[in-house]
Amino acid sequence: MRIKEHPILELAEKPPIPFYFNGKLLYGIEGDTIASALHANGIKKLSESIHLKRPRGFYCAIGNCASCNMVVDGEPNVRTCITPLKEGMRVENQQGKGRIHAK
Amino acid sequence: MQNKEAIVIGGGPAGLTAALELLKAGASVCLIDRNERLGGQLTKQTHMFFGSEKQYASHRGIDILEILTNSLGKYGNKLEILTETTVVGMYRDKVLSCVSGDKFFKLQGEKIIFATGASEKALPFENNDLPGVYAAGAVQTLMNEYGIKPGEKVLMVGSGNIGLIVSYQLMQAGVEVVALVEAADRIGGYLVHASKIKRLGVDILTNTSVKRAIGKDSVEAAEIWELDEQWQGIEGSERTLEVDTICVAVGLAPLTELLQQMGVNVKYVNELGGNVPILDEQYQTSVEGVYACGDLANIEEASSAMVEGRIVGINAARSLGRSVENADFRIKALRHELKDLRGGPPGDKVRKGLKKLGVAT
Amino acid sequence: MIEKNGVPSMNQVKAEFPTQETLAKPKAIIECYKRIPCNPCETSCPFDAITVGEDINERPRIDFEKCTGCGICVYNCPGLAITVTQIKGDQAHLKIPYEFTPLPEKGESVNVMSRSGEVITQGTVTKVQAGKKQNKTALIHLSIPKEFLYDAITIEVSYGS
Ligand SMILES: Cc1cc2nc3c(=O)[nH]c(=O)nc-3n(C[C@H](O)[C@H](O)[C@H](O)COP(=O)(O)OP(=O)(O)OC[C@H]3O[C@@H](n4cnc5c(N)ncnc54)[C@H](O)[C@@H]3O)c2cc1C
Ligand code: SF4
Ligand code: SF4
Ligand code: FES
Repeated sequence: MRIKEHPILELAEKPPIPFYFNGKLLYGIEGDTIASALHANGIKKLSESIHLKRPRGFYCAIGNCASCNMVVDGEPNVRTCITPLKEGMRVENQQGKGRIHAK
Repeated sequence: MQNKEAIVIGGGPAGLTAALELLKAGASVCLIDRNERLGGQLTKQTHMFFGSEKQYASHRGIDILEILTNSLGKYGNKLEILTETTVVGMYRDKVLSCVSGDKFFKLQGEKIIFATGASEKALPFENNDLPGVYAAGAVQTLMNEYGIKPGEKVLMVGSGNIGLIVSYQLMQAGVEVVALVEAADRIGGYLVHASKIKRLGVDILTNTSVKRAIGKDSVEAAEIWELDEQWQGIEGSERTLEVDTICVAVGLAPLTELLQQMGVNVKYVNELGGNVPILDEQYQTSVEGVYACGDLANIEEASSAMVEGRIVGINAARSLGRSVENADFRIKALRHELKDLRGGPPGDKVRKGLKKLGVAT
Repeated sequence: MIEKNGVPSMNQVKAEFPTQETLAKPKAIIECYKRIPCNPCETSCPFDAITVGEDINERPRIDFEKCTGCGICVYNCPGLAITVTQIKGDQAHLKIPYEFTPLPEKGESVNVMSRSGEVITQGTVTKVQAGKKQNKTALIHLSIPKEFLYDAITIEVSYGS
């Protein structure tokens, strides 16, 4: 879902960044945040609500609302909308308050 | 703890111009923003701005940002920029606690200027927490900063300038805007913006709102319905639109929590977007040496945010004992610019709000 | 009604047009129906044909005698509210602002849209100005049947890039 052509913005080709989502290898590009890379891969569901386990995606995309919290490299509650994507990152859907489950 | 002459929190149009005026007067400035890049809302505004030449009208937001950051570049080591740094707390003696990555530190400033902008309001409707329901600013960030489409078919909720312009920008990104709904009986934003999307085929539906989002793991459709005069949904008027994204543009609320934390007096003024700091003539809050400007002080435009930033910068520089060339004349001229920008029908709300706050306009 | 759906009435539109005789030469048609704080149309016109005045909230007024139809205001107006129109025989020639990709090409046949967003006729692109001066708001020159003079406003955008 990346924009290929834009009348105003110059969208330069950027080098790919490999990362893992729930164990699966995906690619983002340089300049992506974790959430933008996932969205570009068609993944909208980032977490589940604490009590009712309802799916959650991002909402504000600027670090205000915590709706995009995920487990990143084992650390829960990472605001993926403002966290730059790095090579080899392991990103997982967060369940509830984000207990770190044993691996 | 480091002591600074002036600290500006927020690198949007208001913070940038405040910093510029302080630097121009010879002061040292520490400019803090939680984002990777400076610019605030300007980083994603690909459209040309209204206003007059004095506020760079007819330039795109992203180009105005370049003009402002280029000017900042002239001041070398007088300016310290801390990006990816969030101010998380503030104490009475003008001490700020900041977080950057896993670092935590404190700064103290003789003068502190708040230009932290606003956050987007949410709208209550069934399933509004479903992935695919996004704030308009988020959609803009995704498209214009990361080059990613939020979806393929969008329902826009809200006909203020933000709803109208983000609809246009969605189309520019190759996304279909299926309809724009507005609860009020008329369009809220500039009619030139509305005509711009209407003539490209976007349905603008007033007296209409979203009833619920439909979908399992993400939005698959939206149900809209007509509203009566009391803004109550009319049973039987429901229609289902096939969309994968619902974009919510129902207004902004000033980010005043930090200010309130340190005991700055605020007042709830609906016309200005919610709780806003009470300011004196100098744009100083109830705490001496702490100033506020831009969307944080009243939800308005980048044009007025830039003018307010300049006024605050000049005032703060003067109270630091710096001499500002032609200060009185410039303040007068800047106030005149604000008056011009707020003088017409779109400024009615802000004028009314400022009056409630006791600010002369 | 423009306040409800963004579509001006035919009376509102016609009030912004000069006579058809005047349109033998190209003239700017300004459709800025509500007062807003804005004046780049005035400041960008090299011929001083547009006046907003001291209070930037006033609606722009045009002096058709001074307007040369150059099109500079068209791509400087942030509201994309200005077009240039001329009558040439049985054709109307339009210059419209356009901010979409791909840009149409000279000679291309395009769908022409009304203010309410319906395709009303076909037109031919006669020139595309999209240089540095236009700064990404291209100026598209169009030729359409004259009968659509008061109805045509833009061209259709195709989706799915
Ligand atoms: C879609 C859209 C279209 C618009 N179109 C126009 C237009 O055409 N013309 C116009 O004049 N205006 C327009 N505006 C309005 C304009 O963008 C805003 O009024 C303006 O950006 C406000 O400037 P600001 O500097 O007060 O705040 P912002 O631009 O919001 O900047 C605030 C900055 O503060 C930072 N920040 C916040 N909290 C903290 C913290 N705790 N620590 C560190 N940093 C923090 C933020 O990251 C941000 O960078 C539009 C707005 C939107 C959303
Ligand atoms: S078309 Fe040219 S001459 Fe006419 S009003 Fe616009 S800028 Fe001025
Ligand atoms: S520049 Fe365009 S939007 Fe601004 S006042 Fe002139 S015609 Fe209206
Ligand atoms: S989406 Fe709101 S914090 Fe990330």
